[in-house]
Amino acid sequence: MIQYIIRRCLYAVPLLIGVNILTFVLFFVVNSPEDMARMQLGQKHVTDQAIENWKHQHGYDKPLLWNHEESGGKRLTETIFYRKSVGLFLFDFGISDSGRNIGADIKQRMWPSLALALPSLVVGLLVNITVALMMVLFRNTYLEFGSIVLCVVLMSISSLFYIIGGQFLIGKLLKLVPISGYDGGLNAIKFLVLPVLISVVAGIGSGARWYRTLFLEEVEKDYVRTARAKGLSETRVLFSHVLQNAMIPILTGVVVILPLLFMGSLIMESFFSIPGLGSYTIDAINRQDFAIVRAMVFLGSALYILGLLLTDISYTLVDPRVRLS
Amino acid sequence: MTVIMMSSILSVKISRFLVFCVLAVFSSSCNLTQLNNPYQHGEEGLNILYSSFSERPKHLDPAVAYSSNEYAFIAQIYEPPYQYHYLKRPYQLVPLTAASMPEIRYYDQQGKQLNVADADDQVAYSEYIIEIKSGIRYQPHPAFSRDQEGNFLYHELNEQQLSEIETLADFDVQQSRELTAEDYVYQIKRLAHPKVQSPIAEIMKQHIAGFGEFSKSVATLSRAELKDVDIGGVQTIDRYRYRIRINGKYPQFRFWLAMPFFAPMPWEADVFYQQPGLKEKNITLDWFPVGTGPYLLEENNPNRRMVLTQNPMFHDEFYPSEGEESDQQNGLLDDAGKKLPFIDKVVYMLEKETIPYWNKFLQGYYDASGIASDSFDQAVQFTGEGDAQLTPMMQQKGIQLQTAVTTSIFYMGFNMLDPIIGGDSERARKLRQSIAIAIDYEEYIAIFMNGRGVAAQGVLPPGIYGYVEGGEGINPYVYDWVGGAAKRKNVEVARRLMFEAGYVDGIDPKTEEPLALYFDTTSVSVDDRPRMNWYRKQLAKIGIKLIIRATDYNRFQQKMRNGNGQLFLWGWNADYPDPENFFFLLYGPNGKVKHGGENAVNYQNPKFDRLFEKMRNMDDNEQRYRIIQQMQEILRHDAPWVFGLHPKDFALYHGWYKNIKPNMMANNRLKYTRIDAKQRELKREQWNGAQFWPLLVLAVLLAVLIVPAITAYRRRVRESLQ
Repeated sequence: MIQYIIRRCLYAVPLLIGVNILTFVLFFVVNSPEDMARMQLGQKHVTDQAIENWKHQHGYDKPLLWNHEESGGKRLTETIFYRKSVGLFLFDFGISDSGRNIGADIKQRMWPSLALALPSLVVGLLVNITVALMMVLFRNTYLEFGSIVLCVVLMSISSLFYIIGGQFLIGKLLKLVPISGYDGGLNAIKFLVLPVLISVVAGIGSGARWYRTLFLEEVEKDYVRTARAKGLSETRVLFSHVLQNAMIPILTGVVVILPLLFMGSLIMESFFSIPGLGSYTIDAINRQDFAIVRAMVFLGSALYILGLLLTDISYTLVDPRVRLS
Repeated sequence: MTVIMMSSILSVKISRFLVFCVLAVFSSSCNLTQLNNPYQHGEEGLNILYSSFSERPKHLDPAVAYSSNEYAFIAQIYEPPYQYHYLKRPYQLVPLTAASMPEIRYYDQQGKQLNVADADDQVAYSEYIIEIKSGIRYQPHPAFSRDQEGNFLYHELNEQQLSEIETLADFDVQQSRELTAEDYVYQIKRLAHPKVQSPIAEIMKQHIAGFGEFSKSVATLSRAELKDVDIGGVQTIDRYRYRIRINGKYPQFRFWLAMPFFAPMPWEADVFYQQPGLKEKNITLDWFPVGTGPYLLEENNPNRRMVLTQNPMFHDEFYPSEGEESDQQNGLLDDAGKKLPFIDKVVYMLEKETIPYWNKFLQGYYDASGIASDSFDQAVQFTGEGDAQLTPMMQQKGIQLQTAVTTSIFYMGFNMLDPIIGGDSERARKLRQSIAIAIDYEEYIAIFMNGRGVAAQGVLPPGIYGYVEGGEGINPYVYDWVGGAAKRKNVEVARRLMFEAGYVDGIDPKTEEPLALYFDTTSVSVDDRPRMNWYRKQLAKIGIKLIIRATDYNRFQQKMRNGNGQLFLWGWNADYPDPENFFFLLYGPNGKVKHGGENAVNYQNPKFDRLFEKMRNMDDNEQRYRIIQQMQEILRHDAPWVFGLHPKDFALYHGWYKNIKPNMMANNRLKYTRIDAKQRELKREQWNGAQFWPLLVLAVLLAVLIVPAITAYRRRVRESLQ
């Protein structure tokens, strides 16, 4: 297994280089260094000299990918791409175009993202699995039919509606929790109740239906019939046998997103003023801060690769038949 | 049997008891207030102002910051030598840290001092001599901290010290020192330093003697070395006086002296913050200001909140005792002579979306609010006379409304280099005038801005010297003065102008099709479509086909720089209350294509340029006023812009918010603000009682759903067993 992990880590290197090149090219197709300078310098009294100064200060006065004026290896190294990318592979994200240390910002902002995403995931998972099992338990009854209709309705509603509706109902009308905001430590709980609740409710529709499909597939299998024939109750069959055997696809879906929880939720963080990494990325895109965009894309890719690796490893834990080689 | 009965009675009793407990909890909980309070426990009733920011400020360094969201903070922390009087109108400069208004001396080419009345063309240099008050001290800061031998404690931090520091508050010793004239000189050096990248560096090169040369000579030096290099045109005379030498005569320079760019900067701050270990922890001058103002930045977490607290070293400053006539009636002089500032602490919370912000304002958790378009109808209604007033709901809450026309203009520009719409031919001029009449900005303001704007009659917004109210001040090419109000000319007049320009019914004689004009815009979203359609409709009134070319901001800027645009929208917000700051937008040598200046329409009229050159160097007097009117007339006639509109700010304040007077120029208004924290606390309690009964209803509903399900399940199990 260690060999497998090392091999996968090595595969990740060209993948990350590819992602980095792609991000770089896409970003600079849309924004030139002049555009970035103008965005940073504001709109008033911006002269060509000021733009040149900015580019020089931030290392954007070099060619993008290939430096014809240099010789040998410097043709590659004396470029914006090399200068801005090499540190990433050491997880040194450098300084943003607005002068902040990106690594320090990420360290600070990943915790609020995690504080929102982790309970949303855990509670959401429990609720979705429970609802799905209930639907399977009451299959072929009006309850299942009603639940499916309800799930489709829930799926069809925009997440924005849940947020605004939730803020209006629970924050404004009932005045049970603050409408938005964030605080450190245990004080964060009162700010997280509403966004977590909304995340869970908004995810029930799709989540419960997906798990229901998985469980329905399992309940038709022979071992379930055998369990029933042994006289086990339906609840025992479902919760002890079906649930355990349906864990592989559930794990596939969950483990892969675990590392990405750090990246935060864009809309939720924005509406609830939660200072996480989701809003950090979108702010950087709006400000054309390439340094942050590239760092966040790199981090996202690295975490996704990590997620896939963890998924593979988790297979071996839940299903002894799987061997990584 | 008895046991069963007993148990049954007991279980009924327990159930009743549980129901009673739940009901008791809910009924008692109904009195709970402020569960929705987003602030820390213990802040209730304190003299704290709550505000917000939607985007983190990019810079807090006064040499670099130049946008309103940055000024909202630094103008409370840094103190330039002058400020705008809070109450008096028209806007008037008064000393802040300066002891008096600057002494201005004029010199000719030979260095001979001239009289003020001497002809402007003889003036080769002007000198501004500024004396600051003694005894003003900086906020406590580690950059000033020294040991007993007088050595700086934190200017050479070692690894161990750095490892113990996460924020500025982690430095144990925080000392202060007196403000000196040298600090103002040092800041001007910083403006010139290429590594600081001040947005006004290129402008100041034109005005401050020796600025450009200094900039080149220090290009390779670090900021910490700046203090030892002299800048030719700026000198310290003594501890409290300094001199700035200006090329020629530039009366507008006094306004620059009221902007944070010219606030003092202690050299110790640059030396302190330039240490690499601090930069890595995001402890920089751009994030942790060092000023002499009424407030200091106690907490800077732009990802969540920023907190200003009173500067314990703040010098004596008192609420003004003079103002306009109406100020006394409006209670704006009730605090006359009282020591500033009034508020102990200001908490700015990150609030990106308008809906949560608005709701929290209504709950009393924000003290003031703007009005987003989706909540406008809830807050404001118009009377039959067109005056804005609060809705009954707002009045019931004791909310106050303040409106003010901003010192800015949004206009539609015609690229004067364009062969169809530009140039000084009679044809093109009539075409432009026709368009100016056809675009009904009154309608635009009513439809798209909820009435929050005033149609512009010229370049100058209200409140700027030279602006004329009433019939005298209208644009006679677009408006008539009818019944005491400006009335847009009939579209027939516009059609006639089109006819005279050679476009009969809008038909281009060359193509024999409707004249097609291109409108470059950055309004690309779905929400912008109605506005774009509205513009199309306006030009269709005179037979012109408007083709919208939506583009992103970068491409738009590029088009403007290359002169490839035809029609476009642009705006300008005044730096200072002087007509020069608006007319320069149409001054020939500021043309964007040829000179990279702010004249986006590339307008060039020699007569206008001559008048501008004369006007800009004059002090406000009768002659200057007449020249301004001539310049307005030239522009109205040539119509390089459709003078669009001046936006009107609508702001809401709770009843406990005192001393509100809109001031479009002063950014340091916070020190005049007072709040009645007790009243706020009472209102918050009144408005924020938690409601639990819907949860009870929800629980009952769930029970109603679950009980039959459980019954059905049990029945099913029983059936399967049988």
